[in-house]
Amino acid sequence: MTNPENVLMLAGVLFTIGALGVMLRRNALVAFMCIELMLNAANLALVTGSTMNGGLDGQVASFFVMVVAAAEVVVGLAIIMTIYRTRRTTSVDDANLLKL
Amino acid sequence: MNLLETLSHTVPATGMFANAWWMIAAPLLVAAFLLLAGRVADAWGHFVAVAAVVFSFSIAACLFGEMLGRGAEERAVESTLYTWFSVGTWTFDVGLQIDQLSILFAMLITGVGSLIHIYSIGYMAHDERRRRFFAYLNLFVAAMLTLVLANNYLILFVGWEGVGLASYLLISFFQHKKSAADAGVKAFVMNRVGDFGMLLAIFTMLAMFGSSKFSVVNAGVPEMPAIWATLLGVFLLLGACGKSAQVPLQAWLLDAMEGPTPVSALIHAATMVTAGVYLVVRSHVVYEHSMIAQTAVVVVGTVTLLAGAWIGTSQDDIKKVLAGSTMSQIGYMMLAAGIGPAGYAFAIFHLLTHGFFKANMFLGAGSVMHGMHDDVNMRNYGALAKVMRYTYWTFFCGYIAIIGFPLTAGYFSKDHIIEAAFHYNVVIGLCALIGAGVTAFYMTRLMFMTFWGKQRWQPGVHPHESPKVMTLPLVVLAALSIVAGALMNWWIQTWLEPAAGNHPHEVSLIPTPIGLLAIAVVAAGVATGWYFFGRGDIPKVAPASKNPFTLVGRNVLYGDQLNDAVIVQPTYALAAASDATDRHAIDGLFDGLAHGFGGLSTQVRKLQTGYARSYALTMTAGVVVTAVVLILAHLA
Repeated sequence: MTNPENVLMLAGVLFTIGALGVMLRRNALVAFMCIELMLNAANLALVTGSTMNGGLDGQVASFFVMVVAAAEVVVGLAIIMTIYRTRRTTSVDDANLLKL
Repeated sequence: MNLLETLSHTVPATGMFANAWWMIAAPLLVAAFLLLAGRVADAWGHFVAVAAVVFSFSIAACLFGEMLGRGAEERAVESTLYTWFSVGTWTFDVGLQIDQLSILFAMLITGVGSLIHIYSIGYMAHDERRRRFFAYLNLFVAAMLTLVLANNYLILFVGWEGVGLASYLLISFFQHKKSAADAGVKAFVMNRVGDFGMLLAIFTMLAMFGSSKFSVVNAGVPEMPAIWATLLGVFLLLGACGKSAQVPLQAWLLDAMEGPTPVSALIHAATMVTAGVYLVVRSHVVYEHSMIAQTAVVVVGTVTLLAGAWIGTSQDDIKKVLAGSTMSQIGYMMLAAGIGPAGYAFAIFHLLTHGFFKANMFLGAGSVMHGMHDDVNMRNYGALAKVMRYTYWTFFCGYIAIIGFPLTAGYFSKDHIIEAAFHYNVVIGLCALIGAGVTAFYMTRLMFMTFWGKQRWQPGVHPHESPKVMTLPLVVLAALSIVAGALMNWWIQTWLEPAAGNHPHEVSLIPTPIGLLAIAVVAAGVATGWYFFGRGDIPKVAPASKNPFTLVGRNVLYGDQLNDAVIVQPTYALAAASDATDRHAIDGLFDGLAHGFGGLSTQVRKLQTGYARSYALTMTAGVVVTAVVLILAHLA
């Protein structure tokens, strides 16, 4: 068994990459993938925690996250597809109508 | 039997007295009928109105006869008609008190009222709103009778307001003239100031005695603190000043002459304006317990009698001269009422004789105007004695009565007041004496300018005598002006004693030294009037004058200007300041606040860029900040 601290560190790095990706990349698909990355980083942290404590709570929670992520992917990709069809672009900066 | 026992001693109403309320009801019903009947009653409505007042007069006369037949202890009758309303522990009854004082008033109001109603048939014959005029006159008679017959101050106040309303309606009867409409409003507003005093007085009575009934108030006053007796007296005096056009609330009376002349005779000479005197005499117990309030009444009366006489000397409008004279004569009555028990009977005596001779002269002035195409300027009159014989002779009777020619009505009533004033205080007595001289002067001036001298008629004016329906009331009033004084001189003091609490004095036909002095002063006044107005021609236009006395008199003592400067302009300024405060300070505060929030939200709105990435950045930053705070809190 590897050192859990290293795994947590990996989870933190993955989360940071994801967060930075959401903030910096314009492409909606990339931003979407970065969100998935953050979710998986969180899953990793949960599973590690569960291993460290010897319980199953964290693993159960990660399953929930996966289910929600799957549902979210369905809806999110559908939205991105629709936006691409109407506006011929996947840049999130072009979808800026939701403002006063 | 002491004073208070006498006062509270009334017997229940039986027989004729139980029907006394018809005196008020008849004119009131007729007034309502005439106002509601519409044009159907145009042709005959005024006869119904006259009949109503004559009916009231006959009831009053019957009651008077009945009272004459009774013993002095059984004359005052009180009857409660019904309970008006009750609030908490206070119950307000509608009740009548018919005693020696109120029956005299009722006789004056209905008697002179009947004559003036009859006169008005002729005077208003060509007015298309005649029916309405008579309806208002009847309304006035009903309200005035309510005022004098009430047995408590609240019902008195109902009548008080009723006569105010009728006065307003009748002053502005020629409503197409702006001056008449304005005069009505002026009278009403100035009367409100007096009504304010009346209301305060009634509130004081309710707070102190729990009732506004005359008997309860009279019984309670001796026990109340002196300061409250004084306040009560001053409040009542304020009310009396408003209604009776006494200084400082005198300015409305001259403008009230815009009304038709019968109105001036009935309301602004014989009856309504004397309500203040009635109020003071009716509340005499209050004044007897407050030297200050009593002195205030004397001062108000003295100042007004001189002020009114002063105004009378320099007006050219015949009705305004008579209005100034009315003020002055009411000043005499106030003075007498303020002197105390020695003067009450004289105040009422002068009030009655004044009611006769002043109504007579006002109606005479109306008759003159009738013949002169409604011209009121005496400088366009002159030499009317020959063409208007009835008017002239009746007016002459009024003239000698008001100046106090020996054995006429004014001689008895006014000399008593002057004498009582001298016994009270020499300065006040001298003022009253001067007032008598000035009265003789301005009345002589009026006679020379109107009836004697050379004719100065406007072209196209052909003076003629008025119809019989107008001259007949004049003859009756002229007869009363001559004989009323002698009739009542020996009788009125003992008659009024139980109701007014006055102390009867010996009166004799042989003049006292003060009486002789008064006659001399009056003769001097007449001679002065002749000297200035009887010898030469009277100019058609009032000559320019630098004499301050003349100027002040012509400008009605600058009463309007004073009110304007002291009351009206400050009120306007206050209103403007309130408006400015509201507009700029209060609105400014809240508008500013709203603008501030508006500007702030415009700035905050800019955060909503619509860029998903900037939202993500904000969110992250928020998470970081929260995390940092939590960690720091955990460490601390």
